[in-house]
Amino acid sequence: MESLKQELKTKIIETLNLEHMTIEGFDDQDTLFGDGIGLDSIDALELIVLLDKDYGIKLTDPKEGKTIFQTVETMATFIAANRTK
Amino acid sequence: MNDEIVFQSELIPFSEFMKSAYNHFGINYPKYFKMDPLSKLAFLAAEMVLNDISLTAIENDIALVFANQSSSLDTDLKFQHSIKDKNNYFPSPAVFVYTLPNICIGEISIRHQLKSENIFFVFKENNELFLKQYAQQLIDSKKAKKVLCGWVELF
Repeated sequence: MESLKQELKTKIIETLNLEHMTIEGFDDQDTLFGDGIGLDSIDALELIVLLDKDYGIKLTDPKEGKTIFQTVETMATFIAANRTK
Repeated sequence: MNDEIVFQSELIPFSEFMKSAYNHFGINYPKYFKMDPLSKLAFLAAEMVLNDISLTAIENDIALVFANQSSSLDTDLKFQHSIKDKNNYFPSPAVFVYTLPNICIGEISIRHQLKSENIFFVFKENNELFLKQYAQQLIDSKKAKKVLCGWVELF
């Protein structure tokens, strides 16, 4: 699970062009949206694409994203339980 | 700017040059890194010109009139590349939103809180006379107090 979280942090920083962030400064419990990392709605769509492209998970209900994308911790837990790649 | 070089670098590729320019001017705007190259170019140029403009209601009435020849072709090609393989079909939302040249105008408007007239022309070549006349018409018809206009081209 730890390696998956590190992998996710790398992918999030690279895919979403978070140039001001480092993996070391990216806590598992940092809130991804809102007052935490500050991702926006387009970032949310990119994360949905990332789930499909890299882990074979298709989100059929976008509302699921609200709970899945809270933190790197929640994303990793969801991916570990549902990945097909 | 005003016939003076304000920044130069031998860095290649273009992405590194734009990052270096951003750091050189001490800009603190993380959203910059999400922009496509055309928007970064327009954004940086606007930063130089609008740097001293205070954000009052009067000063905010700055129309944006831009033009180029290639539209958003650079980003269009990037997006097309992401969808050309039917077996590896993952269109990028973050790239797609920049597949129109006037998005750079939106980025500048957000940055400087502008709610003004704006337009992006696509011309065969830089038509300074047209841009100047269009800008003057905006001012004469009281649709704007000032106009930021220019040619924003990557290719």
